[in-house]
Amino acid sequence: MEPLIAIAIWALVSASVWLMLSGTMLRYLFGLILISNAANLVIFTSGRLTEGAPPLIPGSESAPLTVVANALPQALVLTAIVIGFGLFAFALVLIFRAWTELKTLEHDEMRLAEPREDGK
Amino acid sequence: MSAAASSDAPGNGWTGIAPVLLSAALFAWFLSLGPQVAAGETLRLAVPWVPSLGLELAFAIDGLALAFALMISGIGIAVMLHAHFYLRGDRHFGRFLLFMMSFMLSMLGLVLADDLILLFVFWELTTITSYLLIGYGHDSAKSRRSALQALFVTGAGGLAFLAGAILIGIATGSTSISELLAGDGLTDHALYLPILILVLAGAFTKSAQYPFHFWLPNAMAAPTPVSAFLHSATMVKAGVYLMARLHPALSGTDVWFWALTIAGAVTAVLASLLALRQTDLKQALAYTTLMALGTLTLLLGQSTGYAITAFATFLIVHALYKAALFLLVANIDHGTGTRDATLLGGLGRAMPFTALAAMLSALSMAGLPPFLGFIGKELMYAGVENAPTWPEFIGASLVLANALMVAVAAVVAFKPFWRPPGGPLPAEPHEAPWGMWAGPLVLAILATVLGIFPAVVQSLVVTPTVDSLLQDPAEAKELKLWAGVNLALILSGVTVGLGLLIYLLHQPLRRMIARIDEATFSLDGNWDRFLDGLIGLATWQTRVLQNGRLKSYMSITFLTLLVAMAAPMIVYGVWEIPTSLDAPNWIEAAIVLLILAGIALVILTSSRIAAIAGLGVVGVSVALVFIINGAPDVAITQLLVETLVVVLVAVAMLRLPFLTPERRPATDALLALGVGTVVTLTLFAVLAAPIDRRLTDFFELASYTEAYGRNIVNVILVDFRALDTFGEIAVVAVAALSAVALLRGVRGGGK
Repeated sequence: MEPLIAIAIWALVSASVWLMLSGTMLRYLFGLILISNAANLVIFTSGRLTEGAPPLIPGSESAPLTVVANALPQALVLTAIVIGFGLFAFALVLIFRAWTELKTLEHDEMRLAEPREDGK
Repeated sequence: MSAAASSDAPGNGWTGIAPVLLSAALFAWFLSLGPQVAAGETLRLAVPWVPSLGLELAFAIDGLALAFALMISGIGIAVMLHAHFYLRGDRHFGRFLLFMMSFMLSMLGLVLADDLILLFVFWELTTITSYLLIGYGHDSAKSRRSALQALFVTGAGGLAFLAGAILIGIATGSTSISELLAGDGLTDHALYLPILILVLAGAFTKSAQYPFHFWLPNAMAAPTPVSAFLHSATMVKAGVYLMARLHPALSGTDVWFWALTIAGAVTAVLASLLALRQTDLKQALAYTTLMALGTLTLLLGQSTGYAITAFATFLIVHALYKAALFLLVANIDHGTGTRDATLLGGLGRAMPFTALAAMLSALSMAGLPPFLGFIGKELMYAGVENAPTWPEFIGASLVLANALMVAVAAVVAFKPFWRPPGGPLPAEPHEAPWGMWAGPLVLAILATVLGIFPAVVQSLVVTPTVDSLLQDPAEAKELKLWAGVNLALILSGVTVGLGLLIYLLHQPLRRMIARIDEATFSLDGNWDRFLDGLIGLATWQTRVLQNGRLKSYMSITFLTLLVAMAAPMIVYGVWEIPTSLDAPNWIEAAIVLLILAGIALVILTSSRIAAIAGLGVVGVSVALVFIINGAPDVAITQLLVETLVVVLVAVAMLRLPFLTPERRPATDALLALGVGTVVTLTLFAVLAAPIDRRLTDFFELASYTEAYGRNIVNVILVDFRALDTFGEIAVVAVAALSAVALLRGVRGGGK
């Protein structure tokens, strides 16, 4: 099903770039969530897809007997999901705090550190 | 320099004497090498430096190098002695000595280096020490400007020279100067012209040839001993040295001849005119230094025995009289409190030793017999007769420049001492302490004695130098005071007559030249505009690239990603688009459709709840992809995380504002689709290539046998790559701590 996943990845990446280019922090955050998913799928798919065969070793053996799914990208993706969640949680809190302090979610209007040169 | 202050200030102790002794020791050592070098030997010393690049700390002493080394260490004695008295009680005297000694050793390294890269290193060291010394009075804005200007101009030239040196290395396969000079020269090489342009760019900026001359008069902001040493006798001659050093390899072509002749002649004549314009004695001397540098360049343009003999002679002549005159101007400044030529006068009685030294030096500068200057000038004129092309142009330039030298010599060294003063002097004139006139007096006497007995200069310096440049000591012409009545003597007569005439008319001429000078374009006048422009450019660039707008940064980042991924695909033609789809089963198609639907919802809606729902749909669908492809652990984590994401966003939404629809430019959509497309194409390319399963195979085999785990993914995470997992935990912990810190200050309590 790799080509099908590729279509999903195409849509995910395009959508997340579109959202991350938005002027609103909240849409940016949505883009961040989607691009994490896209990245995980890219890594997962690059290791080839094997349906219905988790990388487990049967109780009586010391190695898998049949072809099982590639364990390496799975380990990588697991790590990536958790890290992505950490990033998301921090970004969310940052946006929340920015809103409570600055009363705006438009990042062009967040000018505390770099005030407009024309003084507006 | 106000440091030439009261003589009751505390002395510098004995520290100031150490540099004098070091210079003297070096001078004596170089002098002892004289006979060997005069016999045609080249003394070498090489220590490996960067063997991997074939670079050596290689030094070689031949005639040319020895001439410069003698000049540097010899003038160094007089200058260091003078500075010891001149800067008596100066707060930063220790710093001054450090800079001066660093400079002297760098300069010696420059002229002794036998490797172009090594020469470049010393070249830049002299640039840096010159910068520090010009900016010695760092509390004055003028000093700082002048120092920076000199650094920029000579530094830029230094980089050009480095490029030239590398090209020479490419052309000949070595940066060794000995090997270069022993070879056939570069004049027929395809890279000759670029090499010549780059090397001359370095030499012309360092030796202040027109139109790069403007930094040198400004460099007079330095204390006068510095001006005497660096910006007259030694450092500015580094460019001349470089041209002389590479003369055997680069000279002999039309480009060489014309470039040096025109730059030299224009610099010499223009500088002598501007020298006459100055009322500040030190500035006047600065311009005469330019004249000398121009003349030396002009002489190096030719390859005849006369021209090169004149070059070697004039090099020594100029160093002797110019260093002396600079130091004497410091004495005048010290004794009267002013350097203004229109005020000064009648100092002859009050400052007898200074006056005597000044008179002797000035006569040598004016080129009158029996001084060494006369011999130098005669040789130049003799060279004119033998010039290959356009002797009239060379001759006229030299006569005009030399005549102006006569006039300037009179302005600097005759008028202040023997004419009535032009106005009240700031201080009662008094003679400087002995250390300030002893050095110049010795130099002046040398200029006289060596004029009468030129054989010493001939055998020690001139013939070996000619040998270095022309590879034939027989080409050296004889230095003599009386060569009979010939063209050179007639030209000398014309020069002196013209010079005296100019001196008598110098007041009206000065006003005229000043008017012309102010009306014409100068690089110095535009220097500040150039710097402002540079800063403006930097500001503009920063404003464009670092404009503080997140959207610009994101656009640039994604555009870079797009280009970086698309370019290799286009260049290498990697287009792997699957042509046949396996018949997908309905479960897979449904999952992908769910993902697409979720994305559409997130993008299209302005309802926050709908957007959250869309995100949830995408997250769960991705978890489904993991499940059906044999990754239950990943799927479980994904489900857990997605649930948390949705919950957290939903909670935050209670306090965040509504989404509003926004108008977006079409370029955003293009960029987004572009990035999505290249990522997908890259994935296709990856899938088309064979997979390397070595690591996976290792984990499958070792998972149970070595780590006693049956879930391979878990074993990788907690055993084989446990440190990575630990790092991951740390990242999450840091994110959590930061989140807590951010939430703590929120009014109305946190979540």
